[in-house]
Amino acid sequence: MISLQHYLTVAVVLFVLGLYCVLTRRNAVAILMGIELILNSAGLNFIAFAHYCTTGIRGQVFALFVIIMAAAEAAIALAIVLNLYKCTDSIDVDEVDTMRG
Amino acid sequence: MLSDEIRLGVFLALGLLTIVSAAVVAVARSIVHSVFALFFTLFGVAGLYVLLHADFLAATQVMIYVGGILVLLLFGVMLTHKIATVSLKSASFQRGPAAVICLVLLALLLVVVYKTPWPVASGPSPEQTVQAIGRHLMTDFLLPFEVISVLLFAVLVAAAMMARREARQ
Repeated sequence: MISLQHYLTVAVVLFVLGLYCVLTRRNAVAILMGIELILNSAGLNFIAFAHYCTTGIRGQVFALFVIIMAAAEAAIALAIVLNLYKCTDSIDVDEVDTMRG
Repeated sequence: MLSDEIRLGVFLALGLLTIVSAAVVAVARSIVHSVFALFFTLFGVAGLYVLLHADFLAATQVMIYVGGILVLLLFGVMLTHKIATVSLKSASFQRGPAAVICLVLLALLLVVVYKTPWPVASGPSPEQTVQAIGRHLMTDFLLPFEVISVLLFAVLVAAAMMARREARQ
């Protein structure tokens, strides 16, 4: 029998791997991928609680909002990354230390 | 309905697929490998959604993440790297401290997950989630729904603006 804890464990591992990705990468696109992993783990938590607890289907509605936020964030972040690449010829986040375009 | 053993087997396979490919995303040397591993992670999570009776969310996950965000990320990787040179690698730094922080956090969160008495209540899960989600979106989640539609409009305009300014220079 699969319990709530099984799903929460998968979500925790997903979150920690995403955090590791965000902490160690220098490439802006790779950091974005780490953030996507973290958002996925949050969505998995929402849906697991929606299935196992008394919150009902509201958890699924919130996970839907999380997915929409992730899509908006990815679109804007990639537009910024492309502009950054145009300006500095690099997407290494350590080299971006000036606000002058 | 599937029997419990089959469900557990499917869960273990999907969870293993998700975690292993997420690990590849986090530690792969080539950024392109990371993107393709993310593909499997997202599919694994969508499978877990199906296992949790969230069929609409699973379809949304596959359409938006795999169809949209992943293609966008792949474009980002391909457009920002000089393919001719060997700078396709994603250098990483401070692996030691980051690994320590992550392992401590993992242990902490696992303790929380297994020690907390979660208010588990096994009610009958709805057969049709689409209708219920739509009803919630139009009644008690109406304000977030409208706010998020304004947000999406702003994102659309902003992304187009940034791309235009780039072209004009």
